[in-house]
Order: sequence, then structure tokens, then C-alpha cells
Amino acid sequence: MPSADEVKTRIEAAIPGAVAEVETADEVHFSAHVRAQAFEGLSRVAQHRLVYDAFDGELGGAIHALALKTEVT
Amino acid sequence: MSDNEIHTAIASAIADNDVILFMKGSPASPACGFSARTVAMLEALETPFAAVDVLPDPRIRQELSAISKWPTIPQLFAKGELIGGCDIVTEMYEAGELATALGATTPDDAPAEAPVGASAQAAPMGIENRLG
Repeated sequence: MPSADEVKTRIEAAIPGAVAEVETADEVHFSAHVRAQAFEGLSRVAQHRLVYDAFDGELGGAIHALALKTEVT
Repeated sequence: MSDNEIHTAIASAIADNDVILFMKGSPASPACGFSARTVAMLEALETPFAAVDVLPDPRIRQELSAISKWPTIPQLFAKGELIGGCDIVTEMYEAGELATALGATTPDDAPAEAPVGASAQAAPMGIENRLG
């Protein structure tokens, strides 16, 4: 099971310049607040897709749920 | 139905319905808190919507995600476009943008804060809570 730190690292590695705050109570359900300049000009759906892309098929599997808030920096 | 038929049926449902929600369970009986919250927001806006339960066959979810490039459930579509999952729908609701995106107007009595949906906190189906 991934830790909050692993999820944070994955997001920050996938999106250059991103800063992620990740919380989890059970290492299955996560919540993340991601700030990145890369989100500039993108729709919310496109911003969330960038984050989801860091997890290649694991969402819904090892990571049950990822509540997500994205913000342009 | 073959995988291909499911794929086609989902694509047609998205194209044919102005507002359509793919969810776990039904609007009257959501099987997941995120689906319940999304239904509650649509109901607060008094928006008519079609709903599809993804739970009866795992291929529904698989083919839906192949079409939408979106990994999680629920998924809300308006006029053939993905609006988002529960987080985005909540943000848009609270920013007053959701009704417009759905081609509706926000009713005067809609709560400013996104409603959570009664069933999200209810006891699991079929278990009677005698502790209250």
C-alpha cells in the first residue's frame, strides 16, 4: 500500500514544478492538493488528468480514491 | 453484450443525453459517498439527468474510462463533454458554475455549499440502526 509520501512523490515527479500536499487516514483513500504552473490555461478536467496520469491504472486499485484539488501557481 | 457493444452503447448514451451521470448505484440508492454527493448537487440544481449504474458489469466502467480517459467514478457529462468527477463538480457547484455548464440556472433556494447527500452518511442498506 502506498504512503502519503509516495503519492506526493509520484505527483511531483510526474508534473514538473508541482507541489503536492497529500493526506491519508488508511493508505487506501487519499486526498491531495496540487499546485503547479503546468495547470495554467488548462480546464479542471485537464488538470486532474495530469495528476491521474501519474498513477497509470492504480486509481481504483491500490489507490481506492484520490480526492483532488488543483490550483495554478 | 460484447465489449464492443458496451462501448458503443456508452458512447451513444453520452451523445444522446444532455446531462448523464455514470455512478455506483442509482440516484435513489447510491452505493458510494462520491456518487451520492454528485446526485445531491444535481438534485439541488433541479437538473434533469440520466444515470447509469456501473456496478452490474465491470466492463461498463472499463469501457467508460476508455472513452473518457478518466479513471474514477462518478463521471458527469453534459452535451457530450466530460464535466468531471465529484471533486470538480463540487468546486463548480460552490463557484456557481455548475448550473451554467449543465445548461440550467441555479434555483434561488439551492444551498450555497455543496450538499453531501443523505445516503452518504446513512447506515448500509439492509442494516437497521438500533443504536440511535
